[in-house]
Amino acid sequence: MVVSLFPLTTQGAMVRRRGNVLIGPVDLTLSGQGVTVVIGPNGAGKSSLLQMLYGLSRLSGGSVNWACDAREAQRRLAFVFQTPVVLRRSVLENVIYPLRIVGRPREEALALGREWCTRIGLGEATDRSATVLSRGEKQKLALARALITRPDALFLDEPCASLDGSATREIEALLQTASDEGTRLILATHDMGQARRLANDVIFLLRSKVHETGTAPAFFDGPRTAQARAFLAGDIVE
Amino acid sequence: MSELWDGLLAAGRLLISFDPDLLEIALRSLQVTGVALIVASLIALPLAALLAVRRFRLRRATIAVLNALMGLPPVVVGLVVYVILSRSGPLGVLGLLFTPTAMIIAQVIIIVPLIASVGHQSLRDLWAEYHDLLLSMNTTQRQRIMTLLWDGRRALLTAALAGFGRGIGEVGAIMIVGGNIDHVTRVMTTAIALETGKGDFALALGLGFVLIALAIMVNLAIHWLSQTERGRRW
Amino acid sequence: MFKHLISAALAALLITPAARAEDLKMAVTTSFHNSGLADVLLPAIKDDTGIDVQLLVVGTGQALRLGAAGDVDAILVHAKAAEEAFVAEGNATHRREIMYNDFVIVGPSADPAGTADADKATTALGAIAAAEAPFVSRGDDSGTHKKELSLWAAAGVTPEGQWYRAVGAGMGAALNTASGMNAYILADRASWLNFGNKGDLALLFAGDPVLFNQYAYLPVNPAKHPHVKAELAVELEEWLTSPRAATLIDGYRVAGEQLFTFNAQAAD
Repeated sequence: MVVSLFPLTTQGAMVRRRGNVLIGPVDLTLSGQGVTVVIGPNGAGKSSLLQMLYGLSRLSGGSVNWACDAREAQRRLAFVFQTPVVLRRSVLENVIYPLRIVGRPREEALALGREWCTRIGLGEATDRSATVLSRGEKQKLALARALITRPDALFLDEPCASLDGSATREIEALLQTASDEGTRLILATHDMGQARRLANDVIFLLRSKVHETGTAPAFFDGPRTAQARAFLAGDIVE
Repeated sequence: MSELWDGLLAAGRLLISFDPDLLEIALRSLQVTGVALIVASLIALPLAALLAVRRFRLRRATIAVLNALMGLPPVVVGLVVYVILSRSGPLGVLGLLFTPTAMIIAQVIIIVPLIASVGHQSLRDLWAEYHDLLLSMNTTQRQRIMTLLWDGRRALLTAALAGFGRGIGEVGAIMIVGGNIDHVTRVMTTAIALETGKGDFALALGLGFVLIALAIMVNLAIHWLSQTERGRRW
Repeated sequence: MFKHLISAALAALLITPAARAEDLKMAVTTSFHNSGLADVLLPAIKDDTGIDVQLLVVGTGQALRLGAAGDVDAILVHAKAAEEAFVAEGNATHRREIMYNDFVIVGPSADPAGTADADKATTALGAIAAAEAPFVSRGDDSGTHKKELSLWAAAGVTPEGQWYRAVGAGMGAALNTASGMNAYILADRASWLNFGNKGDLALLFAGDPVLFNQYAYLPVNPAKHPHVKAELAVELEEWLTSPRAATLIDGYRVAGEQLFTFNAQAAD
């Protein structure tokens, strides 16, 4: 019987570095369904929030609690960074890397890897060195690499920043499929259009704190706070 | 100047005649430095990776010491190894003095800091690239080290070849711990020292040119085998 | 992949042959080795006794140290006072005289100090000092160096100053330096005749009995170092003092000249 990771709750969780508060204190509860989009102006702490929830940052205060053991949770998560990081290997070797890390046999991993490469449109390029891919191709690679282990939850930090329209469309299609298949998505984005397209829930950050949360339709139609309203209207909010 | 020309002629004569003594000492040079290189790499490369990925209090000091050890005078290393391996020394019972094994030990000590330092520098850059990704994937320390070593293998090969160069041309340490015994521990460099000491410059230079050619050939062979500088394939 | 590398390294290490029973390590001086006599004696020793003599060619000082540490089985040097001290300290059981050659004074062919006309070695050295002509000294505490210092003392001269260059090196290296500087130098005749880089140097003075250079064989004391090949060392000593050795040593020629004179006495 597989224990669910969710709900994820935080109590006063905070990350501080060199005297500055990067994010927090944050009190949140995330359910196990759908797509949560994190939005806010630059410097509001979107990346910091994601990294804190994922477990990449050391907490300076408070707690982040998964519904199951923390170690167990770590194994069922995946992260996609804003700037795609690829290993200096072939495309195929990159995609199967997470499978090899957990000890899946090579034959099995290669077969799965080829499937995913085809799914992301790199089926002909499996032996090409990943470092020569375009930015969009690298990000698709990163996404395939993250999804190949069938994570329960996928965190994405502005995955389509600096990608062109067609690449963004492809990535969003992949994300939609993943979500439909049951993967929980927590996505930070700058792109309000993308937020509207994908979100089930919204977390609006302002000055390193959660300023407002809500379900997507409610938030986008009528945000409660003035700053959220201003932000959605396109004003510069600080 | 005529001596350089005489040296080239001597080198030619040695090679064409397949002089058996030359073959013997050339082979021994390759054997000693080759084995030393393998052993040193097995020590230095994981050490380099460990220093790159692991944070511990004395890390900076360790790296500084490692860099400094690159400047260790080989003859000093030879003396220390001699004192340890001498019959009157702590490890004398092993009877390793004046054998190729003693020479290998001395060369390992000399080239480990070099390979570790140069290797660490390039792995550090690679780690900076991979850090976030590997952390987010819950890799173990061992997995991170293996990934760095594999993906960084080109640069590490360069580090290893630097170590090879240092070893194949080294003469001070292996002279002391090897004794330059004919047919037992004589190698190219100690033979060159011997001939120089006898005043036979032409032969010494000839051997020197052969040694240089040997080193170049080894480097070329390694590069060809690992197919570096070849387009898009790894 | 690592496993293969480790096995390869271990295999290569093991290719190094262990010391065979008939190996004997002997430290000899550079002067002896440079004479080329070893190339004649060693094969004959192997044929007659089956002993593989492994020569470590080092300076006298280092040879004595190696013997004292037990890192070699025997030594062959030419510094009587140091040898007697070596025996007295218990490092060797005895010293056995084998052969002698002589020292010669070599210098620039123009001979600015006029050593060629000297009647004795000490006069020649005195002339060099007086003329402050460049002189290269071994400076390495070797048999040759000790002989040189004793001659200066006998000539009543303290060698110091710009003209006196102590190089701290073996005979061949010192000759190279002398050749490069066109300086005077005291060398053993064998090394001089075999030396390949004479340049402008020439043999200027020889024949004074005080330039006598006695080589002695000292087996390392098995009481102090039980692991040394004492029996082989005894066998080698017997061979070195045999009529066969006498023939080979007296018959050895370089450029038509006899270098060594066999003078071993029967053991008592």
